[in-house]
Amino acid sequence: MGIEQKLGNMGVVTTTLETVVNWSRKQAMWPMLFGLACCAIEMMGAQASSYDMSRFGMELMRPSPRQSDLMIVAGRVSRKMAPVLRRLYDQMPAPKWVVSMGDCASCGGVYNNYAIVQGVDEIVPVDVYVAGCPPRPEALIHGIMTLHEKIKGEKFKDWA
Amino acid sequence: MNSSLQPIVSDLESTFGAKASEFRGQASVVVAPDKIVEAARSLRDKHRFDMLSALSAVDYWPQLEPRFHAVYQFKNMAQKLRLEVRVPLNGNEPQLDTLIDVYPNANWHERELWDMFGFKIKNHPDLRRILMPEDWVGHPLRKDYPLGYEEVQFTFNFEEIDQRKPRPKD
Amino acid sequence: MTLQQIEITADELKHLVSERAHTGETMLLNMGPQHPSTHGVLRLLLELDGETVVNCIPDVGFLHTGIEKNIEAKTYEKSETMTDRLDYLNTMGNNLAYCLAVEKLVDLDVPERAQAIRVIFAELQRIASHLVWLGTAGLDLAAMSIFLYCFREREKILDIMEMCSGQRMMTTYFRPGGLWRDTTAEFEPAVRAFIDTFSKQVDEYEGLLSNNPIFLDRTKNIGKLTGKDAIAWGVTGPSLRGSGVKYDLRKEEPYSGYEQYDFDIPTYEEGDVYARYRVRIDEFRQSLRIVRQALDKLPKGPFRSNNRKFVPPPRAELGNSMEAVIHHFKLWTEGFPAPKASVYVPVESPRGELGVFLEGDGGPKPYRCYWRTPSFVNLQILPMLSKGHFVADLVAIIGSIDIVLGDVDR
Repeated sequence: MGIEQKLGNMGVVTTTLETVVNWSRKQAMWPMLFGLACCAIEMMGAQASSYDMSRFGMELMRPSPRQSDLMIVAGRVSRKMAPVLRRLYDQMPAPKWVVSMGDCASCGGVYNNYAIVQGVDEIVPVDVYVAGCPPRPEALIHGIMTLHEKIKGEKFKDWA
Repeated sequence: MNSSLQPIVSDLESTFGAKASEFRGQASVVVAPDKIVEAARSLRDKHRFDMLSALSAVDYWPQLEPRFHAVYQFKNMAQKLRLEVRVPLNGNEPQLDTLIDVYPNANWHERELWDMFGFKIKNHPDLRRILMPEDWVGHPLRKDYPLGYEEVQFTFNFEEIDQRKPRPKD
Repeated sequence: MTLQQIEITADELKHLVSERAHTGETMLLNMGPQHPSTHGVLRLLLELDGETVVNCIPDVGFLHTGIEKNIEAKTYEKSETMTDRLDYLNTMGNNLAYCLAVEKLVDLDVPERAQAIRVIFAELQRIASHLVWLGTAGLDLAAMSIFLYCFREREKILDIMEMCSGQRMMTTYFRPGGLWRDTTAEFEPAVRAFIDTFSKQVDEYEGLLSNNPIFLDRTKNIGKLTGKDAIAWGVTGPSLRGSGVKYDLRKEEPYSGYEQYDFDIPTYEEGDVYARYRVRIDEFRQSLRIVRQALDKLPKGPFRSNNRKFVPPPRAELGNSMEAVIHHFKLWTEGFPAPKASVYVPVESPRGELGVFLEGDGGPKPYRCYWRTPSFVNLQILPMLSKGHFVADLVAIIGSIDIVLGDVDR
């Protein structure tokens, strides 16, 4: 873990509250079990045997938005799905983050047409974009690690 | 044309005034809109086309008469035959009789025709949009419906298009 | 969904629910579009009497992508990237159906080697698709380890696909007239290694599920479908064969050289969830048989047609032949024209009859491309199958008809 080196003889660690809160938020991130299209299959692949996302402390996919704090938008968002997606986002308790997985969710991808929302950032604020059609499981894991880096640097005053 | 398909096509021609054609071994007959239910019934009961394999349409806009073709694909599983039946429809008020009584799986296909092409399906028990949202305006697969092209952002026009993009407030 | 919204929906759907729903005797429950066991964004409005399903009203279209309209705006070759993303578990199969349709429309021959490689990949893709089905359907019935096993094997197939096409899922490897490029040297040993290990894995899956009392309780006599009903409703694929109808397009209307291979069509008479499960398990073995035969007599020769009007010339020719440069330029800027006619080409996808209706107008772009997708047609029987069963059994039924929402909504 590495934490025992920092403990010292007294068993006391001095740090800021911000660091502790961000550290704990990042270490137990529960993604929502929510797949839309092709990318959802790669998201399942990322959790399954070969890639095993649980190594990074995020195997606990919650089917309910009320228990999750990370939304992985995996796939194209149609105009019919957009209100549903926003409602799911609103149901998640803060603090919450959004990963836009794949080209379709990020910018519409190859579907520049009437049915597809041109980027999920038109309806929810996105923290990390993962490119690829669909992104490899490694890319998704990298995306979430990038999000971890972002969370480490978050400030309380921005949440207020 | 397949030799066992020939008598069936001839029967449709004599009974329902159908017009037959062939392309690369695939037979196609054109049947008038008011005769399609009867023709389908005779195909199912008399000629043992037991499955409605597919149902879609083609839009020949700006040609008005006929503007649409509804295209049925029937399958005879015992004799391994396929037959395409086309129904020409007027552009101003496309109306089609439902086939649900003959082939129950026509239900969703016909709802899709209403959704995508705006065909009024007569006697359909549940004519709602199926793929698009309930409050959608227009019928997307018509040729006079735009694809909905959104301008692509490049470095030189990024700001300009970005301003027009909807953004969530929080 | 809030209670208020369900009421609004119920008002719209008044004609579909029973009288008892209006008095409040039965309950309306919204399931989906975000639900872990609907295999995507399927929404079901359920009318429940206690825990028994009285009525089930599917609402689809949450993944409607406008692929058919988008294909009309692209040339024949470019629209193929769209076809991968229809049924994203059967990408090679979609490419195959589309390529066969284009080849039939413009009357283009495909070399034997390309046909055999297409068969190998189509069957590997069938195995991969059934693996995802087995994993997720098992997960729905609370069998967790089968999911991890299935995805382990699926990765091996994806590796083979990536080896040849450069992409794991959206391969676009088959092109009108043949293949994008020839297979690599590692291809054959990799496939052989896979088929040797996989036949043992299928036994392992069967050992986990086929005689498992919990699995049998959840699947036997659930969601019964008779062969007669299945044909009337246009159901195809494993769901039809699980109802005792011996119907497989690979045998009925052979394409891409399937008539050369020796394989059986597994059928089961019961028509319940368990029968459909058995059909798919048997199909694993039949697919392996086909792959092995195709690999054994894989012909040498060109991997794509030599007809320069439709197929781009090899890179090496561009340096020394003006004609090749012209053909290359014309094909990649303008595309090739197709006659003013229509074709309908059905193939057997892992889910059933996947049909492509393709109409040309004399120009380089398809005038209309309609996809007869098996999931769309098969999903229609869900209300009929689920009536009178518990909600928990409904989950098993949805799993057993194996829908892919990209395939339903297009």
